[in-house]
Amino acid sequence: MLNYAIKRVALAVVILITVMLAMYGMVFLVPGDPASLALGPRATPALKAELIARMGLDQPIHKQVWHFFANALKGDLGFDVWSKRPVLDQILEVFPNTLMLGVVALGWAIVLGVALGCLATVWRGTLIDTLLGILSVSMIAVPSFVIALYSLLIFSVWLGWLPAIGAGTPGDWGSQARALILPSFAIGISWVGYLARLVRASMLEVMGANHIRTARAFGLPETRIVTRYALRVAIIPTIAILAVGFGSILSSAVFVETVFSRPGIGTLVTSAVAKRNYPVVMGTVLFMTAFYLAVVTAADLLIARLDPRVRDVYRG
Amino acid sequence: MSIGASAIWGRVAIPRSHPLRRLMRERMGALGLVLVVGFVLAALLAPWIAPYDPLKLDVLHKLAPPSLAHPAGTDQLGRDTLSRLIWGARTALAISLGATGLAGLLGLALGLVAGYGPRWLDGLLVLVFDSFSSLPMILFALAVITVAGPGAATLVMVIVLVSIPGYGRLIRAQTLTLKTAEFIQAERTMGASTLRILVHHLLPNVVGPLVIVLSMDIPVVIMLEAGLSYLNLGVRPPTPSWGNILYDGYTSLRQQPALVIAAGIPLVLATIGFTFLGEGLRDALDPKLQVRPR
Repeated sequence: MLNYAIKRVALAVVILITVMLAMYGMVFLVPGDPASLALGPRATPALKAELIARMGLDQPIHKQVWHFFANALKGDLGFDVWSKRPVLDQILEVFPNTLMLGVVALGWAIVLGVALGCLATVWRGTLIDTLLGILSVSMIAVPSFVIALYSLLIFSVWLGWLPAIGAGTPGDWGSQARALILPSFAIGISWVGYLARLVRASMLEVMGANHIRTARAFGLPETRIVTRYALRVAIIPTIAILAVGFGSILSSAVFVETVFSRPGIGTLVTSAVAKRNYPVVMGTVLFMTAFYLAVVTAADLLIARLDPRVRDVYRG
Repeated sequence: MSIGASAIWGRVAIPRSHPLRRLMRERMGALGLVLVVGFVLAALLAPWIAPYDPLKLDVLHKLAPPSLAHPAGTDQLGRDTLSRLIWGARTALAISLGATGLAGLLGLALGLVAGYGPRWLDGLLVLVFDSFSSLPMILFALAVITVAGPGAATLVMVIVLVSIPGYGRLIRAQTLTLKTAEFIQAERTMGASTLRILVHHLLPNVVGPLVIVLSMDIPVVIMLEAGLSYLNLGVRPPTPSWGNILYDGYTSLRQQPALVIAAGIPLVLATIGFTFLGEGLRDALDPKLQVRPR
């Protein structure tokens, strides 16, 4: 187990370093330097030289890369010359909003998705199963930002029940919760469909197992077998998917946050892209990649603990 | 209906070909096919079937509700929404086919090289694939757009870059299993060149699953195109794209909700169509693959 853990964490670190190098290399690949791109064609040479010096672009490349690495390790992701604030401060300011959105979206999706998956298992082979299947695929297929736009129109503009913009007043839990409802609905819905399918598929696999046959031989009701005995085993593959799914939740969040003008990683990075604000974009990408790798690695380790077959792959 | 359906149905002893199931399943695939054909026809025939010029302004009739003259209403500049949506299908089709095609080709080449080439190269490529796929896709896309500037060409490049690792890994895995197969070893013993083995013997065997995965990725790419164009980081106005029409609808949500409603419909129909069709194809050809949320 320890051996596996070390290898898994080392791999994550190597990947993170590769990503950092790639990000940094990309900036050098484009014609023109970041400073003139940022300032536009009409910048005076003096202004440009000043910005270049401030961004550290006048130093040799290997020195720049080294500085970038050393600073990132110290938790310094650079300085945003536009807002005159450190990049990390801006990220940390909005990150809780995005994290909250993702957790709530995934939370209700897990509850509903697992429930639908169980229903489909209990009624497998019937019309209900088929209809649930079609519903699940449809939920996966519809883009989250279209759901966001439609629900914004219906529940905020027409009915006026829920706020159309923002993340609620800081400190006021009620208003924050109300501001979460529509965005988390839009993000979670495709996960409901996906989890329902996943749970159903892995449940059906488990339903053939010996302990289920025993439970059935004892005459336990089917509902109890499904919810108590099958689900417990069938839930393991779902954990792995959930961790990887964080990436796709983040993708939806970028679009959905924009629709609801909700402060978060998505709105931060899209407005930075529009301004070609490199330090903020690169800093956010690095920060989120590190976070994502940490989540995926943690999930892998958890699964290896739950399922010894996984870590055996790495042995020998 | 589900992942690995055939194996699972076999085990719990429910006949896979339950008449009701088959009916629904075929209907689902058929519905998908109808939607996809409709989408492709709209895209190909756009110049002939669109009632108006999608770029023609008519500010006197801006934000008009749906009517006989403008079945889907008009936008904030008085352009006919239906015509813009039909031309938007063309944008979506061109970008999704172009990008997935190019990504498929490059992924195929890199996957073959990784699977059949020297081990150090394999290790390097796998590390690159892994690094790319451990980036949250959308952030990587946004980083590329920051560097290259928004536009249709950047959009295609972004989609190609984020898709290659997945295709490359798929092809590599298959190449590795085939590499030691008897017929390949026999070829090698008979003195066939590496290029010949790759092109004549490995390629035909690995291309099938790739095609299914590509077809299942088309709705994802359509969604990405619309999403990034919605953020004004993809296809630039005035070129009609479902994404930038949705954005126009968003900005005039309170004055004329018809615009945003109309703009969402083709996008939903196209993604559902491709997903249903992909499901049908997958079930018919390779039940082990699956769709995922994006």
